[in-house]
Amino acid sequence: MCRSTKYQDKLRFLLLFSRQGKLRLQKWFVPTSDRERKKVIRDMIMLVLPRQPRTCNFLQWKDLKIVYKRYASLYFCAGLEEQDNELLALEVLHRYVELLDKYFGNVCELDIIFNFEKAYFILDEFLMGGEVLETSKFAVNVSMEQADTLQEVTQHFHHSFILHSLTLCLSVPLCVF
Amino acid sequence: MSDVVEKTLTALPSLLSLDSQPGSAKLSSNSKLGNLIRGITELTSKHEEEKLIQRELLLIKEQVSSPNTTMRQMKELMVRAIYCEMLGYGVSFSYIHAIKLAQQGNVLEKRVGYLAVSLFLNESHELLLLLVNTVLKDLQSTNLIEVCMALTVVSQMFPKDMIPAILPLVEEKLNHPKEIIRRKAVLALYKFYLIAPNQVQHIHNKFRKALCDKDPGVMSASLHIYLQLIQENPEGYKDLAPSFVTILKQVVGGKLPMDFNYHSVPAPWLQIHLLRILSFLGKNDQSTSEIMYEILDESLRRAEMNHNITYAILYECVKCIYTIHPKSDLLEKAAKCIGNFVLSPKINLKYLGLKALTYVVQQDPKLALQHQMTIIECLDHPDLIIKRETLELLFRITNDQNVTVIVEKMLDFLRISEDDHTTIDLVGKCFHSVETCYNRISQTVFLNFSLRVRFDSVEEDKKLRLFAVNSYISLLQGDASKLPQRFLQVICWVLGEYSHLRDDLEPDVIVRLLAKLLDMKTSSSETKCWVLMAMTKLCPGGAALALVHNVSETYSSSLDTMLRQRAQELEILSQDSELQAKVLPRSASMEPVEVDSSLSFLDGFVSEALAAGAAPYKPPHQRQEELSRSKALNLEPYGLSLPISMSSCSITDRQSPTLLSISSGLSGDSTDFSHKGSSTVLKLDGVKRLWGRDGYLAQKEPTEEAPRIEAASPVRSADQLGNNNSQTPTPTPTPECDQEKQQLASSLFVGLASQSSICLMGKSDQPSQRFRRKTKASGSSEQITNPLVFPSDGSDNLLYKNLLDSPDLDGSPPEQTPGLDAPNGACDAEEESTDADMKEIKTPPIRDEHVTAEASPHHDPDGSKDPSLTSHLPAELSALSHSKTTTLFSKQNLDVSACHVQKEDSVVLVVFISNCSDSFLQQIRLQVDSEELEVSCVSDSPSEELKSHSVAVCQYFLTVKRPSVHFDLSATVSWQPPAGSPLTTQFSYRLPLTAFIRALRLSTEEYGAKWLAFSHDTKQNLTLIQGGRDPLAATLDVLKRKLQLHVVEVIGVEAIVACCLQQDQPCLMHCRMHAGMLSVWLRSPVPDLPDCLLYCCQRALQEL
Repeated sequence: MCRSTKYQDKLRFLLLFSRQGKLRLQKWFVPTSDRERKKVIRDMIMLVLPRQPRTCNFLQWKDLKIVYKRYASLYFCAGLEEQDNELLALEVLHRYVELLDKYFGNVCELDIIFNFEKAYFILDEFLMGGEVLETSKFAVNVSMEQADTLQEVTQHFHHSFILHSLTLCLSVPLCVF
Repeated sequence: MSDVVEKTLTALPSLLSLDSQPGSAKLSSNSKLGNLIRGITELTSKHEEEKLIQRELLLIKEQVSSPNTTMRQMKELMVRAIYCEMLGYGVSFSYIHAIKLAQQGNVLEKRVGYLAVSLFLNESHELLLLLVNTVLKDLQSTNLIEVCMALTVVSQMFPKDMIPAILPLVEEKLNHPKEIIRRKAVLALYKFYLIAPNQVQHIHNKFRKALCDKDPGVMSASLHIYLQLIQENPEGYKDLAPSFVTILKQVVGGKLPMDFNYHSVPAPWLQIHLLRILSFLGKNDQSTSEIMYEILDESLRRAEMNHNITYAILYECVKCIYTIHPKSDLLEKAAKCIGNFVLSPKINLKYLGLKALTYVVQQDPKLALQHQMTIIECLDHPDLIIKRETLELLFRITNDQNVTVIVEKMLDFLRISEDDHTTIDLVGKCFHSVETCYNRISQTVFLNFSLRVRFDSVEEDKKLRLFAVNSYISLLQGDASKLPQRFLQVICWVLGEYSHLRDDLEPDVIVRLLAKLLDMKTSSSETKCWVLMAMTKLCPGGAALALVHNVSETYSSSLDTMLRQRAQELEILSQDSELQAKVLPRSASMEPVEVDSSLSFLDGFVSEALAAGAAPYKPPHQRQEELSRSKALNLEPYGLSLPISMSSCSITDRQSPTLLSISSGLSGDSTDFSHKGSSTVLKLDGVKRLWGRDGYLAQKEPTEEAPRIEAASPVRSADQLGNNNSQTPTPTPTPECDQEKQQLASSLFVGLASQSSICLMGKSDQPSQRFRRKTKASGSSEQITNPLVFPSDGSDNLLYKNLLDSPDLDGSPPEQTPGLDAPNGACDAEEESTDADMKEIKTPPIRDEHVTAEASPHHDPDGSKDPSLTSHLPAELSALSHSKTTTLFSKQNLDVSACHVQKEDSVVLVVFISNCSDSFLQQIRLQVDSEELEVSCVSDSPSEELKSHSVAVCQYFLTVKRPSVHFDLSATVSWQPPAGSPLTTQFSYRLPLTAFIRALRLSTEEYGAKWLAFSHDTKQNLTLIQGGRDPLAATLDVLKRKLQLHVVEVIGVEAIVACCLQQDQPCLMHCRMHAGMLSVWLRSPVPDLPDCLLYCCQRALQEL
């Protein structure tokens, strides 16, 4: 029986890291050992950061296709299997940014640093086991807000709060829609 | 409002039963994480960070295990632990507490607990068992959020053995009234199916129910399961094919709620899932395929918006069309679509196009012919991934005629590739190609190949060599008698050198395999020599020694001297292992052997022999020449043909005679000569016949003779090739380069179709040109979210402008600074221009100006010059509305900014070049170009100088050649700083279509007459602007304001609107309110204009 995951847009992992090579978020959709994780993270950062602008957003790494995209100071990087549709994966990344943006409102790297658990929650609503779950942007946010209204006031970081130690760059919105 | 949204909204209040108590504890706890993060950022070394985190971890450890820690504190600690884990530090002590938090916390704390569990633990972790009870409890909870969380974590990870414990509960949730719960339940079952398919066998009919769910979200989730099921067993689900087709039809037709749209494309992920399912169902099944033709056609047609997501859908569509039972007109459309991809200037699309082509050529190799020139260009693409994908494509079209060239290309790539995986993969492919097509392979490839394998092996790891050894052993174990001799020799060499890498294999096994070769009747004596040499290297002890002895005895009496020599060596060395190790050290096989090619060590011997009266040595060609001269024939053509063929050598730059073997017509002749190859039978034969005895006839038939000479001469033939293909779609700088590519093309794509290569190339011209033209229109407008492109910046960010606003954390490179000068997204020329208040003032015709230097009123070295730049606008333009001035780049004290001014009949681009330095800048040249725009300027401002702190203004008239959503201008500026060499920089500027759109004022009657006359149209549903009393009016108002559209008339729910592109290219729009949407129909005599305009409308409405 063919149990390969051949025809799925299943991501293997999703990493967010900054231009300085600092990991901001990691999600592994297939079981991966700690050692393997560290290797992947290191390799991804080494592979993606030196890429020139306006080159292909896709890369080959071992038997995986790497799809990455830079949003302001943050790189979004996903690993997927060879057979998958890279362009679609690129849109998955974009969609995630859109969702973050919708939730945080002009999301910037700082939002993700300080509220990374929220970023994870959004990701869980959006991707389940590496598959795109929800095609409705609205619904993801609603289910996020459901929980959030319970939450104390969302920690929205005003830049002045951090400015003295972190430079402006982190507070640049990742995108505007 | 759509169904789903309403549902979720109504669900909200019931979900909010829990009260939140914002407390002061939260703030302090949060600042703990904040403190940690800040602390880390302030550190300078990795070592310090390590110390800090270790301290932090100790603290966390202490607190989590303290009985006094509340769940609220625990949650905060867990967040910090997650953070530390992300930085790469072990936090295994907190795993159990994460589970505890998930178990005992309130909803919010539970959520963090579950998150921590899913991040910390692997599927196989034993602690996961402790989670089962918690999940069980939460699944039964009356709180929907808890149920949701439980289902989420279940679908991420769950111990396989415990599935039966919760399966009934999850199944039950399939009937839950809330769609979100049903959806998550379906996905949990999908997860179960993936890890333990047997456990969910009995609920297959429930999947069907999920498929029929009235909520699209649930239905879409169930497709994950169906995709998997159908992939495994397409036969079992044929009956569902019509349903999937219907669903796809509805999705494509825009029947889903609007909030499933992604960038105006209805539920793209759903569409792609369905397309994949359909391709499984339709594979090798004509009747099932037939029901999908229509919708596939529709999908191809609908997906015309220029957005990545539509390209992703198109790609799947094309794949589907080529997978299912073929239908010619669909195939044609799909092929055209691939053409658009491949020819796209966007590198991502090009990549995907190559990938699609790779998939498709397996069905239809001829398709590669249409794109041969593009493929060849891609082979030299600077981006490795494109190169690699091209090789992958070539690998699929390998046949015994082009294998040589393709393998060479692969080997070329191997030399630049640094990645082990790629190398092994490619070498595997080389082997595969060579093995399957060995019949006609010329010897050189093998020799090259073996040498390269060796070359690579020096740097690459053992795996590669092992791969070679393994594949050769398996070849020998099969029937080796059909392998070409040269190949056998290579095999012998490789086995002799590297078979020791296989530890599990005794050398005698290999010796036996090799001995088999000796017994084969077909083996030449040369091959036998190689076999003996390999045996010598292997030099086994034990059982095979007798065999070796036997062999050496047999051949030591051979008539062949070489063979006898080898046999002697074998005999001696096999008996003296010490000597063998000295003569053939294993490690030395990896070092290049130094060869004294001048044979200087023989000098003494030669001079002695000469002194003794021996005849001096004559090289073979001299000997031959003398020999032929003695026959007293006219041999002029030798002199003629040799230099010409040498020159072809330099053109093609290849030294193997391999192409002779694939010579078909001109392409073969146009190849090269190696020194060995100069003995080629082909050429000399032809020449001899012509100039030999028949040469006397030449005077009688001079006309016939000439072309034959030409045909034999490579340069001429290449010329002819070039002439035949003067229309090829590739604009190449030099004819030689072109020829080279042509030759490459003919050798790469030979044998893909029955026609000769020349015919093919001629044939392929037309279609590919057509594709090319088409793509430019669509390709240029696809980068839609990117308002401006700055080559100087280090990002290919689609959502660009915010990045520009940002100074960088750790000292940004100087090119990035212009961003500082343009705050608040000033680079967004589009937005500015659409919002700009348009004044329609007649102005005198514009006078194109040279760069005129004038002293700047502000001497502002900081470069905060934006406000002042506008004052440099020429007087006749200053009254008109203009876009915000955008800094395009700033480098070496030279700043270039630009804006565009909208005149009534045209658009003028104004470029400001400001010198911020204290010195003169000289020879400033600016050149502006665009593919879609006609750019006119009087001249390119030769050698202008710019005084310090002054600004030069250049103007360019822009007219649209071809409509597009955006127009990209690329410009080059060069200048001479006072010290140092001239500098050149490129930059680009982007204008939106809206800059060229003007209102078209006409009456309803005129509108009616025009409407019928226009041939290009497009239709689409747009979002209405809600809120006001009259959504139609509100929407039209926005369009009018942002796009300068003229509303001709509004009747009830319908409206007619008109505009034109630069006065003479009208576009009419018909709007109708229908089912909460605005369905618009655009018509124009200009192709592409309706599509582009439609996109602008969409954008304008979305931007609100």
